[in-house]
Amino acid sequence: MKVNPSINRRDLLKGGASLLVTVSTAGVLNSSVINNAVSKEATTKLRTTAPDQLDAWLAINKIGDVSAFFGKTDMAQGVGTAMAQIVAEELDVSVNKVTTILGDTNLTPDQGGSSASSACRWGAQPLRNAAAEARQILIDRASKILGQTNEKLDVKNGSIFVKDSPETKISYGELVSEEGFGTQLDWNKKYGNALRTSGTASVKDPADYTVVGQSVVRKDIPGKILGTTEYCHHVSLPGMLHGRMIRPPVANAIPVSTNTKSIADIAGARVVHKRNLLAVVADTEWGAIQAARQLEVEWTDTDAPFPHMDQLYDYIRQAPPVVSNGQTMTFGSKNYNVPRGQKEYDLGPTNQVLASAARVVEAEYEIPFQSHARMAPSVAVADVSDNGVVIYTDAQKPHDVRAGVSKMLLLEQEQVHVIWLPGPGSYGRSDGDEAAFEAAVISREIGQPVRVQWMRDEGHGWDPKAPAAVISLKAGIDDNGDLNAWLFHAKGFSGWDVKNNPSNPGDTLAGMQLGWQKWDEHNFGTPEESYEFPNQVEYWQTIEAFQEVASPLRCAHMRSPQKKQVSFAHESFIDEAAAAIGQDPIEFRLKYLKEKREIEVMEAVATAANWETRPSPSNDIDSGDLLKGRGVALFSGYGTFVATACEVEVDRISGRIWARRFIIAHDCGLIINPLGLRGAIEGNVIQGVSRALCEEVLFDQENVRSTDWISYPILDSMDVPEAIDIVLINRPDKSPGGAGEPAHVAIAAAIGNAVFDATGFRARQMPLTPERIKAGLAT
Amino acid sequence: MARYILNINGEQREVQAEPNMPLLYALRGELELKGPKFGCGLGQCGACTVIIDGAAIRSCVTPVSAISAKSIRTIDKLGTEDAPHPVQKAFIEEQATQCGYCTNGWIMTTVAALEHNSDVSNQDIREFLSGLKCRCGSHMSMLRAVRRAADIMSEDNES
Repeated sequence: MKVNPSINRRDLLKGGASLLVTVSTAGVLNSSVINNAVSKEATTKLRTTAPDQLDAWLAINKIGDVSAFFGKTDMAQGVGTAMAQIVAEELDVSVNKVTTILGDTNLTPDQGGSSASSACRWGAQPLRNAAAEARQILIDRASKILGQTNEKLDVKNGSIFVKDSPETKISYGELVSEEGFGTQLDWNKKYGNALRTSGTASVKDPADYTVVGQSVVRKDIPGKILGTTEYCHHVSLPGMLHGRMIRPPVANAIPVSTNTKSIADIAGARVVHKRNLLAVVADTEWGAIQAARQLEVEWTDTDAPFPHMDQLYDYIRQAPPVVSNGQTMTFGSKNYNVPRGQKEYDLGPTNQVLASAARVVEAEYEIPFQSHARMAPSVAVADVSDNGVVIYTDAQKPHDVRAGVSKMLLLEQEQVHVIWLPGPGSYGRSDGDEAAFEAAVISREIGQPVRVQWMRDEGHGWDPKAPAAVISLKAGIDDNGDLNAWLFHAKGFSGWDVKNNPSNPGDTLAGMQLGWQKWDEHNFGTPEESYEFPNQVEYWQTIEAFQEVASPLRCAHMRSPQKKQVSFAHESFIDEAAAAIGQDPIEFRLKYLKEKREIEVMEAVATAANWETRPSPSNDIDSGDLLKGRGVALFSGYGTFVATACEVEVDRISGRIWARRFIIAHDCGLIINPLGLRGAIEGNVIQGVSRALCEEVLFDQENVRSTDWISYPILDSMDVPEAIDIVLINRPDKSPGGAGEPAHVAIAAAIGNAVFDATGFRARQMPLTPERIKAGLAT
Repeated sequence: MARYILNINGEQREVQAEPNMPLLYALRGELELKGPKFGCGLGQCGACTVIIDGAAIRSCVTPVSAISAKSIRTIDKLGTEDAPHPVQKAFIEEQATQCGYCTNGWIMTTVAALEHNSDVSNQDIREFLSGLKCRCGSHMSMLRAVRRAADIMSEDNES
C-alpha cells in the first residue's frame, strides 16, 4: 500500500488534530484497506471520537451506506462482520450496507482494542445503542416529512415507510446531512473495555432479531484468499527506510559500541544506538537484513541471567514468593487471587482435614513458558516529524500504542495517530505492538519514516511469554469415599510481569531499553468453575522474573491468561480425584458443580459424545500398541461455558498422541453469528491441541533458544483431529459471552484425561510430547 | 547488484538485486506484489510460497539468481473475485481462513499439488500440506476446503 506523499509527509498535523482526521481519511479509507469503500461524506469530514457523541460511532451517507466506528480490532475471528450485523440489526439495513472501521485512533473511540474476548460481550454495546439512537432520530425526521406519527412508520432495508401505505417512504440517505447527527449520548466516562453509553432509544428485543444470530459470511475472507487484503506489512511511505533490531546474544547484555565500518558497503546503512536500544536502517529491506547480520557490536559482559532449563520447575518451587511494595505477598497482590469474596486464606482447617483424611490424593503439574509465535513477527511503520507522529501497526490495542508512544516521545496523545491494519492472528500481549515503539524511536532519531520488521528468531525469542508455573493440588477423601478437603496452589511467574497493554512505555522492549520503568503488578490465577468442595482453598503466588528489564522471558497475557495453566492442573486433578474414588469423570463433576449453565454443557457434551458412564482408566490399557481413551474437561469464563470431550489414540511404541476427535458443547449466551462462532471454536481447539502437545519455550542460561518453527514446533496438519463436533447452545435471553478464548482453555486437560483413560498414565507436565508419554508408559 | 529478468504471472519483469537476495524480497519490494508473505525467512512456514515451473517453492530461501528463465506464479494473479481459482473458490466457500497471513502458502501448495494430481485421499491432502504453519488453527476448515477443491478439480478432469 503506497500512501500519498503530499499528505503524510508534509501536511500532517499542520492544522492540528482536525486536519489529521481529514488526512488519515484520505490516506487510509480511500485506499482498498477497508472492504466496501466507505462513503466520502461519512469519512472525509471532520470526525469526533468523543464517546458521548453519536457521530463518533456511526455515520450514514447520502446513498445510505453505514460506517460503524469500532474502537477495538479484529484478531481474525470475524469481529468486523459481527459488529456490522449488530448495527444492521438495530438500524434495519442490509448487513452489506454496513462497513466496520476498526482501531484507527483518529476515527474510533478508545474501547481498549482486542482484549478478554470482549468484542461482542462489551465492545458491541455502544454500537448497538448508537444504531438504535440513529434509527430513532431518522424516524423522527421522516415523521415530519411524511406527516405521519412515528407509530405509523416502520423501517426496512434503510427505508422508512408508512405501514398502511408502504409505497410512501423515504430512505435514510435522504434524511441525513453532511454535518452528521450532532446528538449527545450519556457515557460512563470510562475508556477501554469498560466504556458504555446510553441514549434515549431502546434497543431491539433479541426475540425479534433477524440479522444477529444468522450465519453471515465474513466480509474479510475473500480478500485474504484472493491475496488482496492490505496487511500492515504492505505499508510503504515515501522516503521510508527499513529497520532491523539488534538483539543481545546474552539476554541481559547491553550494547557498548558498534563498528559502523562493518556495514559501510550497504546502501544507506546506518546504526541507531540510543541508550540500550540498538538498530540498523538501510535503503532496502534486504540491505537492512544484511546490515543486522554484519554489524559488529561490543556487548557488556554479563552473568548469564537464567538457570539451566532442567531446573526450571525446582527453581519455581524454591523461589520466595514475590515481594511487592515492601510486603511479602504470600497470597499474591491486591484481590486478584481471591475467589468467592474471601480476603485472606487460612490454610489451617484444610490442612487439618487433610492430615486426618482417610486418603489424600495429591499431584503437581508443570507448565512451561509458551510463546505467542505469531505467523509473522512484529512489524510497524512510524513517521515522526515536527508535525507529529503517524504509526501503522497491527497491534491489538492501537489506542494504548498511542498512549505509550506519546509518553515515550514526550508528546500529547493528539500528536500521535495510530492506524490499525490487519496482521497475523494475535492472542494476547504478543510482540505485535513492540515494533511500533521501536519504529517511533528510530524514526525520530533519523528524521525519516521507518519500517521495522522483526525476524523469525525475534518473533519466537523476544515476544512476551505465557508464564511458567508449578501447580499443586491436594484432595482429602473420607471413610465414605467422599471428598472432605481441596487445596489448589499455583506458583509461577507473574502473568503481569509486563502490562497487558503498551500504554506505559516501560512495559515495552524499546521503552525499557530507554530507561522507562516497568509497572509493578502481579497476577496468576485460580479456577473459576463453580465446583464446591468441603474445606476448599485455592490461592496463587508469583515469583520474581529471572531478568527484570527487557527480558526475552518477560511474561504477559497470552490466550486465556493463566486460565490455560490453571485449567490443565485443575481439570486434570478433578479427574485424578474422580479416578481415586472410582467415579465416572462427568458424574463426579456434576456432583460438585453449582452453576446451572456448566451442568447443562456437561450434560450436552455427554450426550453428543455418546459418553459411556464408567471410571477411568479404561479396561483396555494393556491391550495392544494403539491405546484408545476418552477424556472430558470443563471451562467457564468470559461469560461463556464450555464442556470439552476428547477421544485420543496413544501409540505405546512412539508415545505419539493423536487427539482424534473433539466434542465441544459451547454456551456463550446470545449467538451473534453461528458460522463465525464455529470457525472461532475450531481455531481455539486446534491452538489448544498445539499448546498441549507441542509447545515449550526452550532456553539455556544465556538466552531463549526457541527461535524458529523447529525449536518451537506447533501442530502440523498430520496431527490435527479428524473431527471437531460442536454443539452450540444459543441463549437469546442471555447477553453475549466471549468466544475468542473459552474453547481453548480446557483442551490440554481434556487430552491429558483421555490419555490417562487410554493408558493409565497421568501426564502432569505440559506439553505432552511423545518422549514424555513414552517415558511415562515405560514406568 | 545484477539485473534479472523474471517471468512472473506471464509477464517479463526486471529487477535489480544481489544474486543471493531471496526472491521474496524482489516480489514484495521492487515488484510490489502482496500475495507472498514474510513469515520466517527460513523456509519453515510456507507463507512466502510461489509456484515455479509447477512446483510449490518457498521464495524466502530461493535466491533470485537461481530462478531466471523459469515461470513464477503468485497468488496475486491466481484468480479474481469474479473468477477465483477452484482452490480459492473452495476456500471462500468453507470460510477457510482466520487472519489469512498463512493462507497464501496453503493455497499455492494446494494449487501445485492438485494441478499435478487432483485424485487424492484425505491422507494425501494432510501429507502435501504437512509442514505449512497456521497459528490461528484454521486447519479443519482448510482441510475441508482442499477436499472440496480436489473433488471439483478431479470432476473437471473427468468431464
